[in-house]
Amino acid sequence: MAEVVAVIASTHHPFYYRASTATGEDRPPFADEWVRKITAFRETLTKANPDVLVMVGSDHFHQLWLDNMPQFLVGKAPFYDANWYNEEREFGLPRMLLKGQEDLSAHILRAGLDEGFDLAFSNELRIDHSVTCPIITLRPEADLPIVPIYTNIFAPPLPQPKRFVQLGRAIREIVESWPSHLRVAIIGTGHLSLELGGPRQFGPHGPDPEFDRKAVEWIATGDLDRCLAEVTLDSLHSPGNATHGFMDFMLMMGVAGAGQKADHVDSLDLFHTMEAYFTWYPNGAPR
Amino acid sequence: MSKYLVDKFLFTIDRDPELVERYREQPRETVEWWEVERANAVLNCHAGEASTWLCFTDEEREALTSHDHVKLFELGAHPFLTLTLFIAMFERDHGPLEYQKAYGARLAHFDLPYPDIAT
Repeated sequence: MAEVVAVIASTHHPFYYRASTATGEDRPPFADEWVRKITAFRETLTKANPDVLVMVGSDHFHQLWLDNMPQFLVGKAPFYDANWYNEEREFGLPRMLLKGQEDLSAHILRAGLDEGFDLAFSNELRIDHSVTCPIITLRPEADLPIVPIYTNIFAPPLPQPKRFVQLGRAIREIVESWPSHLRVAIIGTGHLSLELGGPRQFGPHGPDPEFDRKAVEWIATGDLDRCLAEVTLDSLHSPGNATHGFMDFMLMMGVAGAGQKADHVDSLDLFHTMEAYFTWYPNGAPR
Repeated sequence: MSKYLVDKFLFTIDRDPELVERYREQPRETVEWWEVERANAVLNCHAGEASTWLCFTDEEREALTSHDHVKLFELGAHPFLTLTLFIAMFERDHGPLEYQKAYGARLAHFDLPYPDIAT
């Protein structure tokens, strides 16, 4: 059976690519520290030596739209074109082409449906920065095949937070039941407190540092009970109007398992949001 | 009632570089053209499968033609769509983050809960 060699959760700040590649006067003052943290974070995946990446993210009204909106969607394609014109325009993100792992996609779809998750699928999925940003930060070679899984954290009505946790648990079990010798890393990106298009956007910090502090603690310690007790669809409006992306962090807590402490925890207080990085090694830290 | 159509306008303009420029330079003409020619296109269907019933309210049409992002927020347009499109149109006229901060400041009179964005 396949082995889950790393579980990784992070934010997906689209400005990292431009900040980390900028030089001279264009290079922002926080870039060097940001690169140092990302380099250490990247090493946690490199050490795990994965063969395949399962990538959980949220489409930002690129591929998915309100005429036909899935709640959870699994990509099943041999290749994925990546990044969109408006991401190139705003963030300078490069166009990318990533390989798919169709056998694992098929297994996740079959087993996920059998487990009671009515997963949508796509045979022609162009992916966006929620998946490409962790490729840029964690595996810039972009050489490993992926299975993209998209969640709706964006277009009400949204699934309940507990459903994200349940799906995370199921993904872990399904990947571990995949009849393969390959080593799989499961990587997901979400948000801490975040406001976009509202009065609290683009402040010197995330809009709710107290929420960020609690959220990092919940994730780092795997405290799903407290997290689920405090987080509801309604409450997630308070830390910022884009904070529902936190549910993708909750999904990854489900993947990691209740009570599981992360092996790598780091954060960076940036303008407009707090970056946060977590890695779990289910079978112990690689040597 | 037609909140979805406002979002659809923002979504379809934002994905097309030529339409971004056209909406920046000629907002009234672009909104009128789009409502007549594009509003009822069922996305991902071929051109013969249009719907027949989508149109803006007068208030929505005016908010779009006047580039009034505050009014669009009040009407429940999806804030991510409005922000990304307006950044594409107007950030170029300002210094780093200047436009985004001013954009937020113009919304300062809104308290939680913000207008409902469900379509």
